[in-house]
Amino acid sequence: MSVNPELVGRDFPPTAPYLVGREKVREFARAVFATDPQHTDPAAAQRLGYTDVVAPPTFAMVIQDLTLQQLLSEPDSGIALERTVHAEQRFRYTRPIVAGDELTARLQVTGVRPFGKGAMVTSEAEITDADGSHVVTAVSVLLIGGEE
Amino acid sequence: MSSSTNMDDPTASGIEVGTIVAERTVHLTRESLVRYAGASGDVNPIHYRDDVAERVGLPGVLAHGMLTMGLAVETIVEWLGDSGRILEYGVRFTRPVVVDAEDGAELTVVAKVGAVDDSSLRVDLTVSHGETVVLGKAQVRVRAGA
Repeated sequence: MSVNPELVGRDFPPTAPYLVGREKVREFARAVFATDPQHTDPAAAQRLGYTDVVAPPTFAMVIQDLTLQQLLSEPDSGIALERTVHAEQRFRYTRPIVAGDELTARLQVTGVRPFGKGAMVTSEAEITDADGSHVVTAVSVLLIGGEE
Repeated sequence: MSSSTNMDDPTASGIEVGTIVAERTVHLTRESLVRYAGASGDVNPIHYRDDVAERVGLPGVLAHGMLTMGLAVETIVEWLGDSGRILEYGVRFTRPVVVDAEDGAELTVVAKVGAVDDSSLRVDLTVSHGETVVLGKAQVRVRAGA
């Protein structure tokens, strides 16, 4: 089965709210060698005007991943994880993610283009906070290889 | 864009294209990959199992692309002062980073001002593993200071 072009424009439900924990931010910061204290020390984050520790910029991927799971579990997507390569990634921020945020993501598939025997799939996850305000949009380009 | 003596100050609108604002070297080991797998939830075994990497035809166990992307941008955060000044960050994953079980992998990140306008700067990140540049078009757009 090849990638289904009708994924573009399909309506996906918002993901369940994700509560960003302070220790999760610290764990992620350590994993990406983020040494600046704004990521680990609440007082340092507060000096910059934030309520709690600031997540590293690519932490948004953890939330976006919930939408990619939705995409992969669509029975007619034609996207097989073992043939999937992450080709590009982009984030557009309104503000950084901060511990205490309760975040929801909404998936949109914005493009399915033929690429060799497979397809390039562009998906966007719009991540909003508990007030419904925009935090960050995460855009992934996945290269789905064709079947042998 | 005008020249300025205030080249170390990211709030200065006169910062010059070509200025290196930050650089660092990060030594990745298999432990780094396991740590990132746990922190991110990406538990794909190609990032920690040699047998699986070999079976799917890879040259070895690879660093997560998102780990490389994540550590690259962190290089500029101290210089920025506030990571909330980052407006946009994008990369292409062009070359895999093989992390040897014994020797690990050394990544070098160089962050250089690529473009300047009235309200923002574009910082270009060059991430190298030995002689190989592993990310394409790794660009961070940051808000200029007041």
